[in-house]
Amino acid sequence: MKPAVKPAAVFAPWEDENETPLIRFDGVTKRFGDFTAIDNVDLSIHRKEFYALLGPSGCGKTTLMRMLAGFEAPSEGTITIGGQDMKGIPPNRREVNMMFQSYALFPHLSVWDNIAFGLRRSDMPKDQIGERVKEMLRLTRLEQFARRKPHQISGGQRQRVALARALAKAPKLLLLDEPLGALDAKLRQDTQFELMDIQEKTETTFVIVTHDQEEAMTVASRVAVMDNGKVIQVDTPPRIYENPKSVYVADFIGDVNLIEGRATLKDAGLASLTWAEGAPEIIATAGEGLVNGAKATFAVRPEKVAISAERPDDRNNVVHGRIHDIAYLGNLSTYHVEIAGGQIIKAQTANNRRLSRRSFTWEDEVWLSWTDTAGLVLAG
Amino acid sequence: MRRFSWFNATALTLGFAFLYVPMLILIVYSFNESRLVTVWAGFSTRWYGELFQDQAFLDAAWVTLRVAFVSSTLATVLGTMAAYVLVRGGKFLGRTLFSGMIYAPLVMPEVITGLSLLLLFISIGLDRGIFTIILAHTTFSMCYVSVVVSSRLVGFDRSVEEAALDLGCTPFDAFRSVTLPLIAPAVIAGWLLAFTLSLDDLVIASFTAGPSATTLPIKIFSSVRLGVSPEINALSTILILLVTIGVISASLVSKRRIVQQKRDEQMAEQAA
Repeated sequence: MKPAVKPAAVFAPWEDENETPLIRFDGVTKRFGDFTAIDNVDLSIHRKEFYALLGPSGCGKTTLMRMLAGFEAPSEGTITIGGQDMKGIPPNRREVNMMFQSYALFPHLSVWDNIAFGLRRSDMPKDQIGERVKEMLRLTRLEQFARRKPHQISGGQRQRVALARALAKAPKLLLLDEPLGALDAKLRQDTQFELMDIQEKTETTFVIVTHDQEEAMTVASRVAVMDNGKVIQVDTPPRIYENPKSVYVADFIGDVNLIEGRATLKDAGLASLTWAEGAPEIIATAGEGLVNGAKATFAVRPEKVAISAERPDDRNNVVHGRIHDIAYLGNLSTYHVEIAGGQIIKAQTANNRRLSRRSFTWEDEVWLSWTDTAGLVLAG
Repeated sequence: MRRFSWFNATALTLGFAFLYVPMLILIVYSFNESRLVTVWAGFSTRWYGELFQDQAFLDAAWVTLRVAFVSSTLATVLGTMAAYVLVRGGKFLGRTLFSGMIYAPLVMPEVITGLSLLLLFISIGLDRGIFTIILAHTTFSMCYVSVVVSSRLVGFDRSVEEAALDLGCTPFDAFRSVTLPLIAPAVIAGWLLAFTLSLDDLVIASFTAGPSATTLPIKIFSSVRLGVSPEINALSTILILLVTIGVISASLVSKRRIVQQKRDEQMAEQAA
């Protein structure tokens, strides 16, 4: 769900070689005793980016963010922000502010004083502080709550106070640690768009940590998928989804069908996969680093698999199967189809008519098909 | 309201009788006309009047209050600092040893604490008086303060302190403007505890007091040895009254705070 109106020039500073990134990680490793939380990470984040660090809990994304804030120091490697080496610079001397997962509002101070807290410790003249706080209250639509204490407002309002407080000092970089984790699903969606809006208005660089892939895909300009202290892939949301570089990423982001077999490289960037005795080989786009004859995995998204009662003759990849299960989600239906060898392949169709009769039911014999470029053959 | 069964009623009566009958007798006899403590001769407030004429008692009370005030304030500062370092200092060499040593005086017999302090004061040639009592009371009551404060620090969201640092506070500024206000209830509780401990300490004070300074407990104890006088009853009744007022008002204040907080939270959820 990207905004309908795109800016005239597509925002992609990471593709421009003349752009110097705002933040660089060079060979950063962080160890806690014997445990390696971050393992030799290189990253570059550009100005005005909305950068998401995505991964399961314990993958090191929070440690990465805490190193940016200055709460942890790298064991090896360097972090630079705006060209300056951050080594030995304490959190209070960094132009970086953080919105904490628990919000960490000061319970003894009013909303107003919470937002003014950082400004009072900056070199901003006293008479401008009030103006700046008002501006922040307007931005986050909190004007009528300025005099309340944090326990006198709701969870969603607290979240906005935390955001306003972190943005008040106009930091070079804003860090958001699971900012929407404590909100319910409906509020979370609205807040995602609000965050994007605010990020665009303030032109601040945002780095968000999340384990929710939908959230990362919605808000971010680029997503870094992490696992076990390593960055596995950094890309725009569409590329992460459509061009995952590894089975891990394909499986972690969204829903995917995976079929294991052996790859054979073909012309025009295609590859074929032999996956079961007697079954026709699967043809798909070859993934990066695919080796001829090596073990490989075919990955295809359920919505790219068509389901039909008759055998289609315009597609190269056709398999026969039997409907095992149907998940009706309202807007979509997902058919779980059992194919040769007992493997289950998911096929998804959009229910774009209200009154159409469901065409398939349990135990129906069906044909699944997809085009040559619908899926990827990935190494491993 | 639930009615008590006979068993519960008996248990309750016995328990409370055990706790409060002695004090009740003391209060009743403080209004006794007679000089003989065990013979009731009619109601009178005469002993209260005499108490306030007795300069020795008043002096002792004044010394006690000064000692309690100064020593509990010192103990609160030192105890809070010790608690902060032990809870927040991370893992440093000897941390377990230090925290053990902080708590050791809690279980140390008072006689030993008193005697060791006495030996120390004699060996460094410090004249015993009000100053030495203050030092002694600070020594033993800071452990209590540090126990109270560290329990509050442990159950405290650390990210609030990090947020303060993140927003530009130096570590000291973060402690002063965020941590301290949030642990204030524990610091105040620690101070009150130290204050009361100092008020009623007899053993350590008698080791460390000199002829120039006598605290109220010492004075009461020494005069009781010559026979219980009705004046002591009057004095004790006043002390009981003061303590009761203190406890009741403290619990009222904290109860009202909790009720107010609950009401605020409900209002916030409804408004959202």
